[in-house]
This record gives sequence, C-alpha cells and structure tokens, in this order.
Amino acid sequence: MDTGDTAWMLTSSALVLLMTPGLAFFYGGLVRGRNAVSTIMFSFITMAVASLVWVFWAYSLAFGEGNALIGDLSALGLASIGIADVSGSIPTLLFVVFQMMFAIITPALITGAIVERFKFTTYVVFLVLWLTFVYAPIAHWVWAPTGWLFVMGALDFAGGTVVHINAAVAAVAAAMVVGKRRYPGLEPHNVPYVMLGAGLLWFGWFGFNAGSALASNGQAVNAMLVTNTAAAAGALTWGLLSQMQNSRMSAVGVATGAVAGLVAITPAAGFVNVMGAVAIGFGAGALGYFAVLLRPRTGLDDSLDVFAVHGVCGIWGSIATGIFAAEAIGGKIGLLEGNAGQVGIQIIGVLATIGYSGIVTLIILKVIDILPGLGLRPPESSEAQGLDITAHGERAYVQDGAD
Amino acid sequence: MISIEAIVRPERVSHVAQALEEAGCRGFYYVNVTGQGQQRGIEVFVGRGGQMARRSSVPKTLIRTVVPDNMKDAVIAAIISSARSEGAGEIGDGKIFVTPVLDAVRVRTGEQGDVAI
Repeated sequence: MDTGDTAWMLTSSALVLLMTPGLAFFYGGLVRGRNAVSTIMFSFITMAVASLVWVFWAYSLAFGEGNALIGDLSALGLASIGIADVSGSIPTLLFVVFQMMFAIITPALITGAIVERFKFTTYVVFLVLWLTFVYAPIAHWVWAPTGWLFVMGALDFAGGTVVHINAAVAAVAAAMVVGKRRYPGLEPHNVPYVMLGAGLLWFGWFGFNAGSALASNGQAVNAMLVTNTAAAAGALTWGLLSQMQNSRMSAVGVATGAVAGLVAITPAAGFVNVMGAVAIGFGAGALGYFAVLLRPRTGLDDSLDVFAVHGVCGIWGSIATGIFAAEAIGGKIGLLEGNAGQVGIQIIGVLATIGYSGIVTLIILKVIDILPGLGLRPPESSEAQGLDITAHGERAYVQDGAD
Repeated sequence: MISIEAIVRPERVSHVAQALEEAGCRGFYYVNVTGQGQQRGIEVFVGRGGQMARRSSVPKTLIRTVVPDNMKDAVIAAIISSARSEGAGEIGDGKIFVTPVLDAVRVRTGEQGDVAI
C-alpha cells in the first residue's frame, strides 16, 4: 500500500462527493424559486440513498468478478473486504469509497431532465432500481477487468460512458415518460447559485478525473491539467458563441460551457495531452451550445439540457478519446498516432451504453409508473404551487412582512 | 378612471397577465404579497422535519391596473376567468378591489387623463 497514493485517493473521493451538492446548486439555480428545495433535494437524497445501496450490494454488482456482463454478490455489505486488503497500491475499501462517489453523482445528473414535475418518493424508488440494473452493469462492463468493454479495450478514464452518456440517455427516457412541465419558467431564478455550483463542479472534477488514475503519479497530474484546460476551453467557447449570437455573454452559458468541457474530457483525461484537451474542450463548448439551441425542436422537455451537456459532449469526448489518445500520456494509441481502430472501439462502447441505458431505464420507469402508490407525477396543484411546499413542507424563500 | 387591484394565486399570474392583455389593458404591475384570509394557510416544517405548523400567512400576488371606467366589467371578467381555480373555484382564489383614480400622467409626454393610460 502506497501512502502517497492513498492520501491522494482519500482527497479525491472527498472532492468527487462535493460535486453532488455542487450539482444540486447548479441545477437549483436554473429552476423556478418555488422548486429550488425540490431540485436540491433530488441531489441530496441521492447522496444518502446511493451511498447505502452502494455498500449493500451495488459495489459488489459493479466490481465483483462475476462474468463479462455483471459482477456478483461476493462483496455484499462489503463483508468480504478486510481493512488490510489492497487493490493496486491503495486499500480496496478506498477504491470502494472512491467509486461510491461516482455512483452518487450519476443518478443525480438524471434529475436535471425531470425537475419541477417528478414525484419525490418515486424518485427514491427509481434511484435504487436504476443503480442496481443500469449503473452497476455498465460500470462493470467498462471498469471491471472482467467487463466486456474493458476486455475489448474501450477507453473511459473517469466515466464518459458510465456516468455521462449513461445518465444523459436515462434523462431522455425519463423526460419522455414523465412529460413536459405544465408551468415552465423562462429564466433561471438564481444565476449566482448556478455559477457557484459550476465552480464546485469544476473543483470537484479534479478528484473525478485526476483521482481516476488511482494513484498519485504523472497520469493523475496530466488528468488534472487536461481537465482544467478542457473546462477553460469549453467555457470560453460557449461564452464567445453567446456573445457572437446575442451581443452579450451569458454567465450561465460560460458555466455550462465549463461543465461541457469537463464532461468531454472525462473519458480522455488519462490518455490525451494538453493540446488534445484544448480541442476536446472547444468541441464540447460548440457542440453543446448548438445542441441546446436544437432542444426546443425535439419537443422534449429535458428541462436542464442534460442530454445536450452530458450526452452530446459525453459522446464527443468518448470518440475524441479514440482520436487524441497519445501513447506518451497513458500508453494508449489513438487515431492521430495511427490507430484508427480505437475510434471504432469507442463507438461500440458509446452505442452499447446508449442502447442498454435507454431501454432498461424506460422499463424501470414504465414499471414504477403503474405500481400502486407510486406514479411519476405529483398532482397538478402541487406542480402549480411548487414542489418545495408540497413535497418537502419547506420553502427556499420565505417572504414574511408580518414577521 | 379606476384602479383594479386583484390578489391572486402566484401560479396564476401568467394566465391573468395574458387575459388582461387580451381584454385590452395597456399596462399593469404586480408584486408578491403575504397575507391571510379565508384560506387555512399552508403547512410547513418547523422542527427539522419533526414538527409541522400551520402558517396562517399565505403568499399571493397583487396585480394592479388602472383603466378607463368603461373597461371595468371586461377587466374584472378577464381576471376572474383566468385567476379562478379549475371547475367551481376554491377558497384562496383571491379578491378584486376597485377604487377611483383621480388622475394619471404619462412621464414621457406629460399627458394627463384617460389618454395617459
């Protein structure tokens, strides 16, 4: 066990956890004030529920040896893992902790598509089923040594497929099934929350990507460098596009562009160099920007553009990994260095994730929708009044001249 | 000219605004208010999730428009149809108050009277 690696991974895990409350505010600022608590709660409750699901059975399903498609139940309740067990140069339990933070933020990302009209208690049930039947299998395929995409050589350093494309496609499925908001707002109710949230996400992403090196080494450093670079390129690109199109630079746009760049560099962080990161971030900012413009034409109320940012940019990043992978960085060779086959493998990984996540998420939602006592939407009056009061008995903003 | 003040549910404001425009109102303003009436208030958590309390004060929105006398019935009808809850309506749908206005002035030109509204 290497104490340097362990210290960094402990830190990384905490950084990644911070991304979920960061996401809570990033999303929270974008919705109407009457739904702020509800939106934040979707992320916050995920921290609680996913943490428990992970240690009870989802870690075992994801990273147990199992077969090519799924792990096993050998580590139920983590009982079979001792405090002195080691995975690589870090304690196995630390690997469990680090991966847990990914399992927390991934379903929280989905909630961006269903804000302001999804029933809270149903979400908790959805979350448990989704982690079990969608997240764990896909994580197994890509990151477990027995997983079929891992064996095939698909490159996904920190979760372009497992986290971003997976969540984005599930988000589309959820938005399709739950339907549009009856009372959508036009503007974000609190832009400073959005910026603050984006800042926390950018910061935490260093743990997300650089921590995926699972060691305190040159690859981790590279990951941090390219992560920051892609975020910067994405932020600037989106901001400039906003400036060029509307004569003003949207703050929410700059924040979203940073997130887009961060999403795209996620699969690539351990494999590309800084110039590759510039290209990846620039591409993400541009593709994400135009994807958001196209969303109204789809008729789908993916309220907070989860697919545009995490889906489109996740797909771009996964394929770009196959293009820009440099042997000197992560020992993997991409298209620019002569290996065209890697792009093909990346595409297979992308398509497999989209197909499986889309179909199984749809099934889960359809089942939940018809179960008695559940259902996906709260009553119309709840949606009108705001889910804060009706689902949580609390308000984000209390205006009481009288007291 | 008369001032028509309507206290309505906040979630109906965009409906009411649209209805006012369709009724021919050239301008109106609205502000969030807190108050109490016949509605039994709202239930909120007071003890970190352990206890609930009924707050008698309820958030509403006050919309005000100043119109010529002859528009009174049309505007009131527009507000009622857009602010009333679906079906027969519910307690808490709101109130409308009508008061006389002595004068109105357009800041840009200094015009006074009905032409200014």
